[in-house]
Amino acid sequence: MLVGLDLMIMSDFSKPEVGTPLIKRGLAEMLKGGVIMDVVNVEQAKIAEDAGAVAVMALERVPADIRAEGGVSRMSDPDMIDQIIAAVSIPVMAKARIGHFVEAQILESLGVDYIDESEVLSPADYANHIDKWNFKVPFVCGATNLGEALRRITEGAAMIRSKGEAGTGDVSEAMKHIRTIYGEIRALSTRSDDELYVAAKELQAPYQLVYEVAKTGKLPVVMFVAGGIATPADAALMMQLGADGVFVGSGIFKSGDPVARAKAIVKATTFFNDPAVLTEASRGLGEAMVGINVSDLPAPHRLAERGW
Amino acid sequence: MTKPVGVLSLQGDFREHLQAFDRLGIPAVQLKVAKKLSDVAGLVIPGGESTTIAKLSRIFNVLEPIREAIREGLPVFGTCAGLIMLADEITDGIEDQETFGGLDVVVQRNAFGNQLDSFEIDLPFTGIDGTIHAAFIRAPLITKVGAKASVVASLEDGRIVGVQQERRLGISFHPELTDEDRIHRYFYDALVCA
Repeated sequence: MLVGLDLMIMSDFSKPEVGTPLIKRGLAEMLKGGVIMDVVNVEQAKIAEDAGAVAVMALERVPADIRAEGGVSRMSDPDMIDQIIAAVSIPVMAKARIGHFVEAQILESLGVDYIDESEVLSPADYANHIDKWNFKVPFVCGATNLGEALRRITEGAAMIRSKGEAGTGDVSEAMKHIRTIYGEIRALSTRSDDELYVAAKELQAPYQLVYEVAKTGKLPVVMFVAGGIATPADAALMMQLGADGVFVGSGIFKSGDPVARAKAIVKATTFFNDPAVLTEASRGLGEAMVGINVSDLPAPHRLAERGW
Repeated sequence: MTKPVGVLSLQGDFREHLQAFDRLGIPAVQLKVAKKLSDVAGLVIPGGESTTIAKLSRIFNVLEPIREAIREGLPVFGTCAGLIMLADEITDGIEDQETFGGLDVVVQRNAFGNQLDSFEIDLPFTGIDGTIHAAFIRAPLITKVGAKASVVASLEDGRIVGVQQERRLGISFHPELTDEDRIHRYFYDALVCA
């Protein structure tokens, strides 16, 4: 016993701690300024890694196909996720249905680096999201406004992505959501301390978190933009508006030349403020994904409205 | 006028490095293009995704100029992906993954495993009193140290997580995420201003 105690006192090292908020949020910090690409097989994952993606999202169908084919959309087959983890060295993310904490347990057990609790899949729970504090693996969640983002962070999300409207190639909803979230943060910063209590009520988010955002002028976690990004210009647009990075779902592998487009979007995300680079990146990419105007989508088919 | 420290700002947590220098009152600027290399007194390679940083460095023509600048003695400091970029040799990289080099070491990417194996810990660091708080996120390890480099930090089991070689410093972890500014201070005082 005495020996053990001596060792403890003598050691300059603390015990390693895993799955802490710092470690969960920290991985998202490392992805900043990067592009996360949806991939459905090993070949696409390799193309994404080779193009300079900072991470891949492994899923069975990209949102455009989920839209086209309909039906219930679920977590991907573990075999397929395993194959992608084995094929690439960059972080691998995978999607669980909103509220489906068992799908999340399976994804954690598979060793994915991030779980996306995603409205792109069919929700499993129309009232609750997953209690993400119960997991060591970090989560990213979608949000359309500040209150929604703060509720997800309260539940343990370590990264936020604005939702946009996945599988459309129409950037207008992504625009609406990022402008809404940053606009609400700016508005919060102008409120006096005694007005933050009612701000918390209006945002339906905990006061402490609302106070923190009001004082720092930013979310406490990294925020990427997703949903409808199809061109280098779309990616740069989101970066100029203040996004920390972008998710590109259907936009790459539903286009005419995925290799060229993937590389071009990576370039545009880094040099988002340099029109000369953006011009070059936009040349000769072949057909963009066909796309659907969000205004033509009947309300029940809009994925962004999933999440509460 | 003293030149600022440059932080390579292609991808990753370059903002956190700039904030660390800002807290210390040390001038620091983003660096994205090679022609700015002559305007900086030292260069930080941040955390991020090393494959992405390597590819962007090649595409935007900073790879060779940074290699050259390091060879000519530009002080450099790399954290995590930055350590990988400064290694003369890497293992578990993607095919043909390029680095700037400068540190006579072999670095293994993702040496601890996936994100579930990421951790935070207090550890000693040569030249700094007490312990430092370190975050290891899908971190690399230094698996071989050549004659020119010396170890400045290791884990309790002896695995090496920090090396210095003249005015070049590379570490596996992220002091920029834990407000652990003493390593940035050390880099500036002992390596940049040496």
